[in-house]
Amino acid sequence: MKLIWKLLRRHVSILQLAGFLLANLLGMLIVLLSIQFYRDVNPLFGQDDGIIKPDYLIVNKQVGALDALGLGASGFTEEEIQDLRRQPFCKRADGFVSSQYKVSCSLGLEGGVSMGTALFFESVPSVYVDAREEDWKFDAANPVIPIILPRNYLSIYNFGFASSQSLPKISESMAGMLDLNVRMSAAGRTETMRARVVGFSSRINTILVPEPFMQWSNALLAPEATPQPSRLIVEVGNPADDAIVTYLEKHHYELEQDKLDSGRITYFLKVVTALVVGVGLLISALSFYILMLSIYLLVQKNTEKLRNLLLIGYTPWQVGAPYQCLAVGANALVLVVAWLAVWLVRRCYMDMLWNMFPQIQEPSLLPTFAIGLGLFLLVALVDVAAIHHRVMAIWHRRE
Amino acid sequence: MQNITLHQLLPNVFRGRTDIQSDLWQKDLVLERGRLYLVEAQSGKGKSSFCSFLTGYRNDYAGQILFDTTDTRQLSVAQWSRLRTCSISTVFQELRLFPELTALENVLIKNQLTRYKSVSQIRQWFDALGIGDKLNAPVAQMSYGQQQRVAMIRALVQPMDFLLLDEPVSHLDDENASIMAETMMQEVRSQGAAVVVTSIGKHMLLPYNQTIRL
Repeated sequence: MKLIWKLLRRHVSILQLAGFLLANLLGMLIVLLSIQFYRDVNPLFGQDDGIIKPDYLIVNKQVGALDALGLGASGFTEEEIQDLRRQPFCKRADGFVSSQYKVSCSLGLEGGVSMGTALFFESVPSVYVDAREEDWKFDAANPVIPIILPRNYLSIYNFGFASSQSLPKISESMAGMLDLNVRMSAAGRTETMRARVVGFSSRINTILVPEPFMQWSNALLAPEATPQPSRLIVEVGNPADDAIVTYLEKHHYELEQDKLDSGRITYFLKVVTALVVGVGLLISALSFYILMLSIYLLVQKNTEKLRNLLLIGYTPWQVGAPYQCLAVGANALVLVVAWLAVWLVRRCYMDMLWNMFPQIQEPSLLPTFAIGLGLFLLVALVDVAAIHHRVMAIWHRRE
Repeated sequence: MQNITLHQLLPNVFRGRTDIQSDLWQKDLVLERGRLYLVEAQSGKGKSSFCSFLTGYRNDYAGQILFDTTDTRQLSVAQWSRLRTCSISTVFQELRLFPELTALENVLIKNQLTRYKSVSQIRQWFDALGIGDKLNAPVAQMSYGQQQRVAMIRALVQPMDFLLLDEPVSHLDDENASIMAETMMQEVRSQGAAVVVTSIGKHMLLPYNQTIRL
């Protein structure tokens, strides 16, 4: 192999090889970095927070002056809900059920410090909630209330309250270990229970409890109350459907969160990512073309030597191996450098993102690395096949 | 391989010609292992074509070439590569040496493939053929006659049933041609191989069993 390489390395152009390495590195870097950036940033647009499934809209009535005076009807009637369910875009619609009693919650901290606040609870059918089944249940015989909090609350506590009061910051996983005491009272009756935070949602701006608990507690503390839901949770097939906007405007409903906007942002993010990935792939393809051209040129310049090697008994695979190793080695080098660069660049921008969005999760790098590996394998395969094809052309005297 | 059978062989370029007077073209002929053949011809009679057909380099011919009972047209690329390292060895008319490599490297590049001879044996052959001092000289700087001897040594570093020599001594004086013939025959006899030598005039002096005129 050493002698073969000594023979065949003639005419290897360092300049062409360096040009390929740079161009391919640029292409690979653009592809991998844009994919990783998309994976890192996409969750910020609230498409899927792991608790409330995507493609659900939260709808409420516009609050008018009469509502401020307590004279308007801000709740949804059964007819209105049925009408919404009949719409073609609607797969399912249900009302939020509110607690019909007073709720206060307290939390004891180290050093005897205690915090307490008045609260409210709401529930939606469990089908909308993506929490683990064993977390999201209520057993009246052994009552612990599972709670899902808006993610904003944690941010407000960590970056507003805790900072100003020199209290410890709480992570999402730590919040699950806090022991909360909940006091519920109505019509002279009071119940005290423990509660546990099972998750945080960016999608639902309320304190969510399981539906069975809500039914049980309302029946226990406010059996006569028959509240109208003030908000609806709606499952739709396509959140970008224009019919949804038209229907909501016609009935003076509004979306509680900018789900449609975030849907559009996500859509644009996808389009931009696809464009950037496309540009990266194009650069990669062009660099691959450069490599193939220079190797073809190399084979052409060394045709006589390759033919002589074949005639003294070397197989086409043995003869092509040095060039195949060169091409695959160059691509492998690019892959490793691209992996390193993606890791480094990501560390820089993730620090920035963490400062701006403390709740941001850190998706794994592995899928992006796997895509890089896949691209490498594909290119390596084509390299090997193309070089073998060229050598076979020499064998068959078709060069 | 014991025999090479040539059946009604004719290069495509000769097709349609009616004036062919040959012991080989359009005849049936069997070359047997262990025998010595001299193929004599003038220029342009298809001597090198004949060698190219036997090494699988070209197949632009009519008729049939059988290696034992196998039609060579049926041989795969891998089978031809194997034959070129284990059964048919060739000294090409144009030598096909690598000018970038030294004389020794030109032989080693074949020996690395076959792992058939020791480096000391190869050195002995260099000495015997009078080019012991040229071991590490680039082939490009050697005379054609010296290069012919390097090509001969390269042809000997493999197991063989047939050794094809296409005008092997065209640039050698009688004394060096004789030494080369002697060295070659020692190896050929030890392997029991056949030798097919082509010549346009000056030919290697060997006790040929058959002379074939093209």
